[in-house]
Formats: sequence, C-alpha cells, structure tokens
Amino acid sequence: MPEIENPTPSPRRAKTSAYPVEHFVADVSETPVAATDSKISDDAPTSLWREAWRNLRKQPLFIISAILIIAVIFVALFPGLFTNEAPNDNCMLSNSDGGPAPGHLLGFTQQGCDILARVVYGTQSSLTVGLFATIGVVIVGGLIGAVSGYFGGWVDAILARLGDIFFALPLILGAIVIVQVPFFRENRNVWTLVLILMTFGWPQIARITRAAVIEVRNADFVTAARSLGVSPFGALVRHVIPNALAPVIVIATISLGIFIVAESTLSYLGIGLPPDVMSWGNDIFAAKSSLRTNPMALFWPGLALSLTVLSFIMLGDALQDALDPKARKR
Amino acid sequence: MNGAEMNTENPSAQNPVAPLLELKDLAITFKTNNGEVPAVKRADLTIMPGETVAIVGESGSGKSTTALAAIGLLPSNGRVSGGSIVFDGEDLTNVSEKRMIQLRGSSIGMVPQDPMSNLNPVWKIGFQVKETLKANGLPSGPKDVAKVLTEAGLPDAAARANQYPHEFSGGMRQRALIAIGLACRPRLLIADEPTSALDVTVQRQILDHLETMTDELGTAVLLITHDLGLAAERAHKVVVMYKGQVVESGPALELLTNPQHPYTQKLVASAPSLASRRIESSKGTGRESDEVLAPHAEDLQTDNVIEVKNLVKVYKIRGGWGKSSDFKAVDDVSFAIKRGTTTAVVGESGSGKSTVAKMVLGLEDATDGSITFDGVDITSLGRKEMFNFRRRVQPIFQDPYGSLDPMYNIFRTIEEPLRVHGVGNAKSREAKVRNLLDQVALPASMMQRFPNELSGGQRQRVAIARALALDPEVVICDEAVSALDVLVQAQILKLLADLQSELGLSYLFITHDLAVVRQIADHVCVMEKGKLVEKGTTDDVFEKPQTAYTQALLDAIPGAGLMLPPEVA
Repeated sequence: MPEIENPTPSPRRAKTSAYPVEHFVADVSETPVAATDSKISDDAPTSLWREAWRNLRKQPLFIISAILIIAVIFVALFPGLFTNEAPNDNCMLSNSDGGPAPGHLLGFTQQGCDILARVVYGTQSSLTVGLFATIGVVIVGGLIGAVSGYFGGWVDAILARLGDIFFALPLILGAIVIVQVPFFRENRNVWTLVLILMTFGWPQIARITRAAVIEVRNADFVTAARSLGVSPFGALVRHVIPNALAPVIVIATISLGIFIVAESTLSYLGIGLPPDVMSWGNDIFAAKSSLRTNPMALFWPGLALSLTVLSFIMLGDALQDALDPKARKR
Repeated sequence: MNGAEMNTENPSAQNPVAPLLELKDLAITFKTNNGEVPAVKRADLTIMPGETVAIVGESGSGKSTTALAAIGLLPSNGRVSGGSIVFDGEDLTNVSEKRMIQLRGSSIGMVPQDPMSNLNPVWKIGFQVKETLKANGLPSGPKDVAKVLTEAGLPDAAARANQYPHEFSGGMRQRALIAIGLACRPRLLIADEPTSALDVTVQRQILDHLETMTDELGTAVLLITHDLGLAAERAHKVVVMYKGQVVESGPALELLTNPQHPYTQKLVASAPSLASRRIESSKGTGRESDEVLAPHAEDLQTDNVIEVKNLVKVYKIRGGWGKSSDFKAVDDVSFAIKRGTTTAVVGESGSGKSTVAKMVLGLEDATDGSITFDGVDITSLGRKEMFNFRRRVQPIFQDPYGSLDPMYNIFRTIEEPLRVHGVGNAKSREAKVRNLLDQVALPASMMQRFPNELSGGQRQRVAIARALALDPEVVICDEAVSALDVLVQAQILKLLADLQSELGLSYLFITHDLAVVRQIADHVCVMEKGKLVEKGTTDDVFEKPQTAYTQALLDAIPGAGLMLPPEVA
C-alpha cells in the first residue's frame, strides 16, 4: 500500500471564548437523573386497533355514524318490527298519492302502497348490495393489489395495467353494457348486481392496497422476517397485509356508500334490480312520475338513501383520522 | 474579535458588551390531549456576539424547542409560558409576529436539520436563495445569488444555481441551506443538527466551512447537537440539557474535563468519540475501561466462522430503450470473521457495506465470489439448507422503529422465529421468550406490550432478543446503534459485548461510525466505493492507518483531534 501523506491539518483545539464564561451546574436535587432508557408506562397495553378504538369512542362524528349504521342494519334485519303493513299486499289504487293517514305515517305511493313499509323493506336489498359488493371488492381488489405491490416486476406491470383498463370504464356506462349480456338480462337480481359492481369497483381498492403494500414491503421488520426463514408469501400474509390494511378499510367504508348509490342509480335507470324487488332505487324510480303531485313519495326513500350513505362516508372519515399512521403515537 | 467591534453601538451600564441573545428562566409548554405538558423548564442561556454556543442533549431533551422559541417558530400547540427571550436588547417574549418576521433571516438565520427535506424540490436552488434575499430587501440578481452560494463553498455557483435540489448531494444541499441561512448576514445563526444526516468526512468539511464563514462575518452561532464531542470541538461554550432543563453549562473544555452534574458525567463517560480517545491514551496503563469486555482477538486461536472471498455484486441500472449499465456496488471484497470475535465493516454511505451484509445474510445473491459459512458455501445452498442456515445467522437493523412489526406484541415478535422453525411447544416457547427478555434486561411484563409503547433502546433490545431466539452463531448488526441516543447506545453496545462473552457470538458490525468501532470491534474492514481499502485489527487500523481514506475517516470523528489534557485520560 502507498505511503500516506497526511492530508489533514493539525488537531483542532477546543475554543476559548473572548468573554468570561461561567461554569453553571444545576442543583442536582432539582434535576434528578433517571436511569437511562427506563420508560415503562403503567397504562394497559395498546395495539394500533385498540388505540384507534379509544380515539374513536370520543369522536362525535363516529358516534353519530355508528348509531345510524346500527339502526339501518337493524331495520334491514327485522323490517317487520317497524311496520305492520306488508309492503306490496295492501296497495289500493284508491289510496294513490294519498297523504299521511292513521297507520300510514308517511302516506302512499302512486300505486297506493304504504311509503313507510316500502322504505323499511327496501333497506334490505340496498344494504345487501352495498355490503356484498364492498366485501367482494375488498377481497378481489385487495388480493390483486397486494400481489402486484409485493412481488412487483412483470406481475405488477400486468395487474396494474389490467386495473387501469377497468378503472378507465365509467361504472354506469359499463353496467349498462354488461346488463345487455343475455345472462345478466335474464338473471337480474341482487347477486348479479353485486357482480357487476365488483367488476368495475375492484381497481380502486387494488390501487390503494398496492400503494400501502409497497410502503410496508421494504420495512425492516419484513426483512427481519425474511431472514428468519419466513417465505415471501408468508411474510406477505403475516406482516405486510396486516400493516397495509388501515387505508383499505377506510376506502372500503366510503365505497360501501358509493355502491348503495350505484344500485339506486342503476335501478332508477331501469337496469338495476327488477321492479318486483323492493329497493330505494326502485322506489325513487317509481316516484319520479308523480314528482309534482306527491313529492313525498320521492322524499322518503331519498332521505333514507342519503342518511345511510352519509353515515358510511362519515364512518370512513372518522376511521381515516383514527388509523392515520402519522397520527399514531411513537 | 470582530464580534466585539460590532457591538460597540450598544451601550450598557456595567458591561461594555451586552449579550446578543439572552434566555432567562425560559419555560415552554405544549398543549396535548393530556393537558399542558412542560417541554422546557427554567432554561438560562446567554450568547455573546460572535460566540458559538452549543446545546447538547438527547432526543426529547428540549434542545430544539429552546432554539425554535428564540426564533419564534414554536409549533402551534407550544407557547412560552414563563421567562424572557431578549435578543440584542429587545424583548422577544411577546413580540408581534410582524416584528418577528423582520428579524428572521436578517437578524437571526437558521440552518435546519435535514438537508434532504428542507429544500423545496420543485424550485431551482438559485430561486430559493433569491427568495431569501428578496424577502429581506437585499439585491437579488443572479450575481448576488452566485456570490452567496460561492461563499458557502459551492464550486461553480452560477451554474449550480440553475440546478434542482435532487441534482445535489447531501453535502451540497446542506451548503445551499447554509448559504440561505447566512445570505442576509444575520447576527445569530441557529444551526439545528446541521450535519447529523451526513457522512463524517462531509460533516467535517461543512462544519469547517461554517466556522470560517461565521468567524469572518462575526456571526454568533447557536449549534444544536446530540454529539458532545462535536459540541466541544466547535463551540466556545457548551450547554447540556436534560429533560427540558439546563443541567450544566460552561466553557467547552472545562465541561469535558471537569463535569459536575451526574448527567454530564454520564454523558462524558459514554460519548463514543471521547471514549475512543480515552482507550487510546490509556493503552500504556492497561485496559481499565469496561468498553473492552470482549476477549481480545489475538488471544483466541479459533477458526473462521465466515469467510468472504472475492465478493462482487453488480446491479444493472436501467437506461432508456433496453440499454442498461452496470454498477459495481461491491467490488472484490474478501475478509473473514473469527469465531467469537467482532469484525466491523466501516464506510460512508454508498460504500457498499450494507450490500455486503445483505449478501452474507443470504438476502441478496452475489454476482461473483463466495461466502463460506462453517466451511459451506452459502451461495450454493438449496431451499431447505438455506432455511437451516437462517437459524445460525441473524440480523439486527438500524431503525428500532422500523424493525419491529407494529401489529405484533413483544411476545409474538420474539416468539416468531421459534414458531417459524417449529421449536418446542407453546409452553417451552414462552419460557424461552421470558429467558430472552431476561438476557436483554427487559422485564417479563413487557411481553404484552406493543412496539409503539417502547422507547428506541427498548425496541432495539427486543430486536436483539428476537435475533438471539434461535441461538445463532453469527449476528449481523447493520448500523444497530446509529439511531440511538449516546447513553442508550453505550448501554446497547455493552449488552452486545456481554452477550458475546456469554454466548460466544460472532458479530459482523456494519457501521459508518468509527468511534463505535473502537468500542466494540476486534477487526476492521474499511470500504470505499465498493472496494475494501484497508483491513486489520482495530488497534492497527486506528493507530497506524495505512491509507489516506482511513486517515481522513479517523480525523473526521468529532472530538478526535481535541487535545485533552493528559490527566483526563
């Protein structure tokens, strides 16, 4: 090796000030020195979810939306508890567009059916579509997004482009086209509608999951798990996905509201649920012809729809704040 | 001193020179969900014109908060709740925001900590300097901008001003930030950890330049740092803060040689740069300091547990249109780790040291060369053999916040390796976890906690426990202590040394910090730009460095060149 010539100047000396500097020492009794690194709190152990829950419990936004959602789910499960009228049986044209009457709190539709009964019984199908479309989208979109984000490379390139293609098709337009396929035209029910909504809804969740997974995949704890001998897929399932879940849940709650609206839109256009299935969308569709004479027939299902969607979107907002990684305590 | 001349227009009854900045009995509180929390209590600080004062303290000690209060930039939930801030005879404690804006830049400048995030990526460097000049009513033509940048030591400033921040290296960005901070010739410059994100050699250049500049301009500097060695070397006066209080302040040298407060004493004893100096000078009298717990390398007649031969790693860098160029991250590196000893790989960022660690861990494939573990080449291992190899070599990473899964509680974190390798049943695994926690000196009550509830040092202990769960023979520490406060760092290093002598572990210690190497390693390999430039025993490398690069690294250790009187040693 070559002989070195020392390139650095002579050692630096500590500087001395031109001004008198007093050597101050704080009173030791007032500044006790704790043992290094002895942070042990007495609080109960908290995980991300528990902390989020503790945070949520105090938020009015969350409380209101949770109460509303529980109420809506309850109505959907036990519609019989809320109205004595069977929604379709006692429709009498003599009651057409009638105002509120004893036993018929909200009045009648053009067909003479009880509005309250129709709104109450319509909850079920609207909520079912929203809920199952969301679950389906989270599973399909989440899986595709997680795989493409985690493995990257050509897998990612193909899956991401595929998602982009579906993303580019507007939901309503795509649904109108799909409904013309004979299979869907002949089997119009809640489940085919869920399938249609899933087909156009998954890319959004896939994108969110992909981004979240990419962020987590390079974390040291994933590398640590890999060097423990955990397989790539095992690390994805055990470490990456649980840590990437928070934003997906937030978007899922918001899209639940959007799917309920989409069902109503499609039903309103006459290509969603068949007319004999009760849903808010069908009711709104039916009420449009008597808009000027009996606006309340449109108002009540519309109100139910807006409140439900609003409460899901509010829940998503509250969750977003509670699960925001930046707000997490370190 | 020109600082004194500058201040002659400031008449004062007793003292001809009034302090430039005086914090008296300062208290700062933060509003949190749990009410008002005091961040700084009874802090006193005086900066004379032209003087450099350093505030030293660990993270959370309130050192940055104090400095931010002086420039009126406390976060919105913080407020000055007591005491006074007097700048150049003017009380700034309750001054209007308008007056504060006048003072910022023109009278008090600031160099922020992180050069990577403190320049706006969408504006050219020149524009960002111009903005500062304009805001303070100074001429801001291209020539003035270039002049300011040249002063901060940026070569070819006129052309550089037209570049964007991403085209600058970390050191160049920090120079640009210093240029901005000093552009308007402030009387006081607040430098908040100005170089902690940079390599040591760059750190030294930047600080040298900053010192020359502020000396010429007569600017007083308030330097905030966690590094006592750096503070002692650069400042006239050192202020030590601990838990929001000033525990000791005084002339830099006196504080080092004669620390009075127990906290300062602890700090002086554990500061790696100073400790390494101590070992060096105590060599004749024998090794009394407890840093040298590991058995000495030369005494051991053992085999090599890992041998790395002619290791090469080439990354393909993709260019446009299918063209790709080769980048040699690791170039012909050979070294061996003797069983039961510590080998350190030292280098600056981009030297390829972490890539070496990844290849030894089997997480990256080597392009060429061999890595032999216990006589078996790991580059040719099958899937099953690799799985078994993983039991015997375990990593510890740098960032204690990133290396533990936030969703796993401590028990699950430490148990995971046992579960993955199917060791024992649920009961024996729990016993093992308790035992491991005990080994890293954490209470068993910690098991149900989650990482976010632990401090950095505690997390690093958990990471060590997890690495030890499978009774490995080799532990690869990738910058394992760089992210920790000095006192915690000293504790973790001691823990690592204890575990080594107890369990006969071999360490591969990857670090950029030569001072730490001195405390823990038996052998050192110095890497520069992917090449191994020097290797040898720690003592040889530190005392008789063979290459200019190693010498430069050694010189750049803050406080290394500080001439301590012999009696301290």
